[in-house]
Amino acid sequence: MIDILLLLIIVACAIAAVSIKDLLSAIMILGVYSFIMATIFTRLNAVDVAFTEASVGAGITSVLMIAALSRTKRYEYLYTKSERRKPSALFLKVLSLFIVIITGAVLVYGTLDMPEFGDPDAPANKHVSPRYIEESHHETGVNNFVTAVLASYRGYDTLGETTVIFTAGICVILLLRKFKKDDDDRYAGICY
Amino acid sequence: MFDIATIAVIFAIMITLYRVIKGPMIYDRVLAANAIGTMAVVLLVLIGFEYSRPHFLDLAVVYTLINFIATIAFLKYREKGRLD
Repeated sequence: MIDILLLLIIVACAIAAVSIKDLLSAIMILGVYSFIMATIFTRLNAVDVAFTEASVGAGITSVLMIAALSRTKRYEYLYTKSERRKPSALFLKVLSLFIVIITGAVLVYGTLDMPEFGDPDAPANKHVSPRYIEESHHETGVNNFVTAVLASYRGYDTLGETTVIFTAGICVILLLRKFKKDDDDRYAGICY
Repeated sequence: MFDIATIAVIFAIMITLYRVIKGPMIYDRVLAANAIGTMAVVLLVLIGFEYSRPHFLDLAVVYTLINFIATIAFLKYREKGRLD
């Protein structure tokens, strides 16, 4: 019951965000979407995923989208009727619909081979998981085995991910900084 | 008990969602989105108690802390027209 209601809210948010013409409103609706999505993740007991979704989806993504919006336009370009009737515009519309339908069909086809939700005989639950559950405390001394997998078994992997995120942060700061308008050829410092 | 409270909060979210989607001005939408964020925090606490894992409260505190970031970014954008 609760899950169905939350999923209904998600669907309403998604439809509204797609159909609305004002892009700033769409960003706000996407923030709501992220919060409800994080709640659904919490209901599925995936607290760390919910945490990431709330901080990245509702926090950082909204700020980045507003920053991108401030460099472009807030409303989408309204086509006049004669422009909409042009064969090239019609062709683009049909082509994009076709591509979306094909992609959706491929994705649905991909889910057909997936095991049932929560199936104990799924391959992911058969090979590595029991070993981590039984041995990780003994091997690494960490109580939580999600933390053990992330920080001990896959320590170098996590280090690489952190490096990637750090580099992305530097790139965002470089792209969003303020350029001085005066005549000297030095770049302005990073202003925030 | 917690189930009923959760469903009540979800209905409150749905009513507020009407204002987010319909809201004639962008400020209505921002205010309603902020209210939905607060209600998501309440929902999280209720779910935590329903699963008898009260340490979800920590997560709820973090939700509250990041709830207003988008609002501040939006207000800065409306005031200056840009974010940097």
